This record gives sequence, structure tokens and C-alpha cells, in this order.
Amino acid sequence: MEENIKIEIKDFSFLYHKKQVIHNLNLKIHKNEITSFFGPANGGVTTLLRSLNRLFELNHDTHTKGDILIDGKSIFDPDSSVTELRRKVGMVFEIPAPLPISIFDNVAYGPRLKKKKSKSEINDVVEQALKQAALWDDVKDRLKAPAMSLSGGQQQRLCIARVLALQPEVIMLDRACSGLDPISTAKIEESLFQLKEEFTIVIAPHNVQQAIRISDRAAFMLMGHLIEAGTSDEVFGSPKDQRTNDYITGRFG
Amino acid sequence: MKPMKPSARTSEYLAKGMIWAAAMSVMIVLVAIIVYILIKGLPVLNFSFLTQNPYNMGRSGGIASTIVGTLYITLVAILIAVPFGIGTAFYLAEYTRENIITRIIRFSAESLAGIPSIIYGLFGFIFFVIYLGMGWSILAGGLTLAFMVLPTIIRTSEEAIRAVPQIYREASYSLGATKWQTIIKTVFPSAIQGIVNGIILSVGRCIAETAAVIFTAGSVLSMPFSLFDSTRTMAVHFYILASEGVSMENAYGTAALLIILIFVVNVGVNLLVSRFINKNQKR
Amino acid sequence: MKKFKENLPGHIFLLLALSSISALALITGFIVVRGAPIITDVGLKDFAFGMSWAPSLEEYGIFPMIIGTVAVSLGAALIGVPIGICCSIFLSEFAPPFITAIFRPAIQLLAGIPSVVYGFWGLIFIVPFIRDYLGGPGLSILAASIILAIMILPTVISISEVSLLALPKQYKEGALALGLTHWQTIRIVMLPAAKSGIVAAVILGIGRAIGETMAVIMIVGNAVAMPESILDPVRTLTTNIGIEMGYATGVHQEALFATGIVLFIVIMILNATAQYIVSSGKQARGKERQKS
Repeated sequence: MEENIKIEIKDFSFLYHKKQVIHNLNLKIHKNEITSFFGPANGGVTTLLRSLNRLFELNHDTHTKGDILIDGKSIFDPDSSVTELRRKVGMVFEIPAPLPISIFDNVAYGPRLKKKKSKSEINDVVEQALKQAALWDDVKDRLKAPAMSLSGGQQQRLCIARVLALQPEVIMLDRACSGLDPISTAKIEESLFQLKEEFTIVIAPHNVQQAIRISDRAAFMLMGHLIEAGTSDEVFGSPKDQRTNDYITGRFG
Repeated sequence: MKPMKPSARTSEYLAKGMIWAAAMSVMIVLVAIIVYILIKGLPVLNFSFLTQNPYNMGRSGGIASTIVGTLYITLVAILIAVPFGIGTAFYLAEYTRENIITRIIRFSAESLAGIPSIIYGLFGFIFFVIYLGMGWSILAGGLTLAFMVLPTIIRTSEEAIRAVPQIYREASYSLGATKWQTIIKTVFPSAIQGIVNGIILSVGRCIAETAAVIFTAGSVLSMPFSLFDSTRTMAVHFYILASEGVSMENAYGTAALLIILIFVVNVGVNLLVSRFINKNQKR
Repeated sequence: MKKFKENLPGHIFLLLALSSISALALITGFIVVRGAPIITDVGLKDFAFGMSWAPSLEEYGIFPMIIGTVAVSLGAALIGVPIGICCSIFLSEFAPPFITAIFRPAIQLLAGIPSVVYGFWGLIFIVPFIRDYLGGPGLSILAASIILAIMILPTVISISEVSLLALPKQYKEGALALGLTHWQTIRIVMLPAAKSGIVAAVILGIGRAIGETMAVIMIVGNAVAMPESILDPVRTLTTNIGIEMGYATGVHQEALFATGIVLFIVIMILNATAQYIVSSGKQARGKERQKS
């Protein structure tokens, strides 16, 4: 099933302030699946996600080795456009990060960055994205209201809608439910199950339970090393590595 | 639990009393100054005082030409200082890391902020009035004030830009925005309140300034018609009326208008702006 | 080409930044070029320490004005600094929120009032009071010191308040937990910890006092003579420029620019000191944080 590979991470290392935070990581991420990277804090998961859309470049003193391929093409290719990459690989952050503008403008932010879109086209994109993120019914009557007026769970779904409006291929969620109540979390997880039909989803779950609930594949990371990876059944059902077992059974972390 | 030593308790009360007394006396002085000027000046302030030109060296008539002169000079100063100030602030906050260049820029801005206005006046006189041949004029005065308020605008804008949460920038970049798009669409709108506050503060300084203006814009009382005309600002007019004893009544009127303007600039516009811009940011 | 277009805003901002700071060089250059010749003609020693200022006789000694400036700004600091620090403690520690909400804008307003208005108010209230109850002409070092003390308050208050508020909460909580009273906590823990910011506030306040012109002109008397008491009139460096610039020409004007150079150097030294203190204070705190 090699043709189903969306992202291929090849011998990838990441250095921050000369300190290595990801060590020679190799992994393939499959299309139309939810792949979760989990592990204790400072394991390198966030850094890895921020590498997939090159967002780490906002920080100084960073250095990468190895390569990351999306559809077989290196994301570090000097001829490729980083803004195109980020539109292709959308990201939802740990803290809901709506911009201090209206709900509509938040979702339209990405589409408006590229020219040659008519007003009605943008309206359609926004509506569709909000529907996909299961937020349309909540906000359809107050699209002009400030995004900050939404509840935490709604804000996070708005951020998902904002990513969907980019019409991306990959969606990354970095501990996106960590600050939310269980009901909001359940809603978002439900949306993710529907979204994976269309997209490749990479998530950093905020705890092991969430990883077990929603992953098709999982990768356990510890201190910047990939300890083991495989299907959800393999990793959670019969972990090969003692450390994985200890972590998912709550012996540390 | 041991009871507090009496001396500790006494000094606690004493210190608290002293601090309250200091704070209240400052308030009293402020109120005394404002109330005195307003009581003496408000009766003079009427429509004809505001709309008539001064006659007889300011002994009679109104202060219309000095209001216009103040507005022109302030406008020139702000129009020149704002692009340079905001540009410098964006460079410092968004385009560079801390290095030798930023340290030089910041040192210069801080030093400029500490230079007394009379030095700006000397500089404006020798550079704009004499060297560039502008003569005593609105242009020379406005440019001098632009130099003077530049550090204020740089500092307040830089602080406002730095106060924009990093997560906004990351969100914008992650949606595929370029640096320029992120600055224009996200950072600038989020920082605009602080930037506008800095500009308002600068407007207040321009209106209040005397020493730097009197050497560069002169003190001609007639209505200015071009940027190259000399003019007399309200603050200069007040100084001349009061210190030469020309007309105490008109001096009080001018001072009252100055105080009201400064008050409006400080409080009124501040409120308006925060209400207008905060609409989208309130939780 | 694409790269250049992407970097264009950055280049423009850099250009604006460089022209902004060239202002400092421009100001320094023009004032020095205009004022330096007379200092070399008269001799630095005779200029700075000369006792006689008589432009009609071509005598240019500014020592009495240096003394006048020192006296007036020292007086302002003696009155204004304790009150200012008390106000900053009041704002950061004692004031109920509704008072803070009035006090802060009030301080901002205090900073915005034109200096000529301060001078005038001093002329109406302070000067007659001194003349009637303390003696002398009223126009005096004391009158100028009082008005300048009020004028430097906003600087002293806002900068020391910021440095008090910037202290880590643990300092205060730790001290209170050890059983110190609120005032002991402020005196023993918080003020020493905020020392660098407060010292910078004082220096910048003194800088403002030294540089103030219009308010001082109206109440300091402007007599060029060595003062014998704080009730005597003096002339300061700034008022010397302010009074005579209107009619000075030729060498006389150069001498006023030379006065400006002296003023400029003093202010630059004070500013640099304040900046150094602030940045070294920040560094020290940064290091402490790294250790913990």
C-alpha cells in the first residue's frame, strides 16, 4: 500500500540552540488516517508538527537535518514556496488562537490572502468550512461578531474551520483539546472522524486516552526519540517497547 | 502567634499615612493648577475670542490665528514623525533580532527622548531656519517638533507591536500569510491602539511646546497662509502675553483653551479610540 | 527578484529606522559646529568656569549658570523624588482600584500641561508666597525648585511604578509569608529589588529638571550672579539660551550654542547612565531567573 503514503519523514533531526530536540526520526504518515504522536512533555512532538509546515522558522537558532517529503516532494526544496506549504498543511494550536477580528473574517483570512477570489466565492468557502467544522449552526446568525466572543470549544472549532477554508491536504492539531471540556472535545473528535475521509490528519493528543480513542496509527516519542510506531492496535494493544507500555499504563509521564 | 511589635505597627501606620499624604498632595496640586486656570480663563472663552484674530499685539481681539498656527505646526510635525516613527518601530520589533544595530537605534531613540526641547529649538533654528533657509516658518517649526516627538512615537509603537501576542503571528503564518501580510493584516491592527495613543501623546506635546517653537516658527501674530509663513502658537502666545504682561485676561483665556485641549487629547480621544478599536477584541 | 520583493518592506523599515537615528547625529553635529568655535576661542576653562557673562563686553563665562542649574535641579530632586516614589508605591501597592483609575490619567495630564502654564502658576502663587513669607525677591532658586519638582513627578512616578510592578510576585508573597508587615515588605524587599528602575527614574527626572526652560524662565529671576541662598534669583543654562536667543547675533549667538553644548553633554551623560542602570538591572534579574 505504498501509494497511500502522504508524508514521509526521513532521518529527520532538529536542533534548537545547538540542543538536539529530535533525533534521526523516520516515519511514514498515511493518507485518510489519523496519526497521533504522543508522549510526555518535551518529547519533541510539538517541534515535529511545527516542522511539517516549517513554522519553526519563526524562531531563531534552529537547524534541521534529514528531510520531510509530502507526496514525494521535499518541503525544504529551495524552489518550493513556504506559504503554499502552510496552506497545504494546516495547523490548529494548543491554545485557541482566533485573530481579534470577526468570526467570518477569521475563516476568510486564508482565502483572502490569495487574490482573484470574488465575494460570493469567499462566502461559499467560509460557509462550507464552518459546516465541516460543525460550527455553522452555532454562528450563522452572528458571523460579524468578534471571534473572541465564542466559547473556548467554539473558538477551537473556528480555528479548525479556518484551516479547512484553506482547502488543505493535511490537518495538524497540536494538543488542540487540552483546554476544553469533555463535550467540546467529543464534538471535535467526531468532526475529525468525518474529516479523515477527505484529509490526512496528524494530531498530538493531550493524553493517552484521546490517542487510543481516535488514532488509526500512533507513534510514541520520548526525549526526541521515536520509540515505536504502528497501527493503533499494535501500539496500544501490544506495545513492543517496555517504555511505551509503561507510559500507556500510566507508570510514568 | 506573637503580637506585632509596637514599633513595627507604628511605622506601618506612619508609612501608610506618609504615602497617602504624598499622593493626595499631588492630586491637590494638579487640581489647584487646573481649577485656577479654568476659573480665570473660562469666562474669557467665547465664540468671538476663538474666531477673532488678535489685535494690538494681543491686547484685544481673540486668538484665532494662534489656533490655526498651532494646528498647522502640529499637523506638519505629526505627518512627518509618524511614518518614520512607526517604520522604525516595526523594524525594531519585527525585522531584526537584538544586535549591535538595534542597540544603536534604541540608544539613539532613548537619547533623543531625553534631549531638552530648547536643544531641539537651537537645532531647528540653525538647521531648518538658517541652513536650509526656511526662515521662521510653520514648516521649520513643524519639522523641529517632528524631531522632538519622534522618540515618543518610536517607543510607544514598538511597545504596542511587541505586546501583540506571538500566537497571532503564528496563526497568521500558519494560514499561509507572508511576513508582510501578517504585519498588515494582523500585527498592525492589533497594535494600532497603542500606536494611536503614542501619536495622541505626541499631539499633546506639540500643542504644549514653547521653547522649540519660538526659535523656529517665530511669533508673528497674523493669520498664516502658507507653510513658509511665520506663526505664533497658542503656547507661545500665552507665554508672551503673560510674561510681558500684555493682557492677563487674554492670557488666562489662552491657557484655559490649552488646558482643555490637552485634557481632551489625553482623556477624550483615548476613550474614543479604545472604544472604537476594542470592539473586536473584547471577550 | 522575488526575494527582493519579499524583503522590500524590511529594507524600507530599515531605511526609516536609519534616518530616524540620524536625527541624533544631525542635532549633535549642527550644535557642536555652531557652538564649538567660541569655546576654543575663549578657552574651555574660561568658558566653563568664567564668572562673568557680559556679551556686550565679549565676556562669556557660564559658571554661575552651571551653579544655578545644579541648585535648581537638586532642589527639584530633593522635593520631587520622595513625593514621586511615595506616589509610585501608592499606585502599585496601596491605592484602591477606583483611585488608581483616576490617579494614572491624572499623572498623564500632569505631564501634558504646557510648561509655560506651570511657570505662570508659579509666578502667581509660589513667587508672591516666598516674597511675602520667606523674604527675597520671590523669583528664586526655591520657586523654580518647587515648580520643577511638580514637573518631574510624572517621569519619576511612571518609571518607578513600572519597575515596582515588574517585580516577581514571589518576592512580595515570600516576604509576607515570613511575617513581615506590608510596609516592611516594601522597604526591605521591594524597594531594594526595584532599585535600578527607581534610580533610573530619579536620574531621568533630574534630566528633565535640568532641561526645562520656559517654566524656569518665568520664576527663577535670571540674574547672572552667584547665589548665596535658595531665596536668591539665578540664571540656568536653559534660561540663558531662552532669554537671549531672541536677539543674539554673531559671536553672542555662538556663545548660546556653546551653552547648549554644555547642556547637551550633561543630559547625554545622565541619559546614558540611566540607560546603563536599567539594562544592567534587567540583565541581573534575567540571570537570577535563569538560575532558579
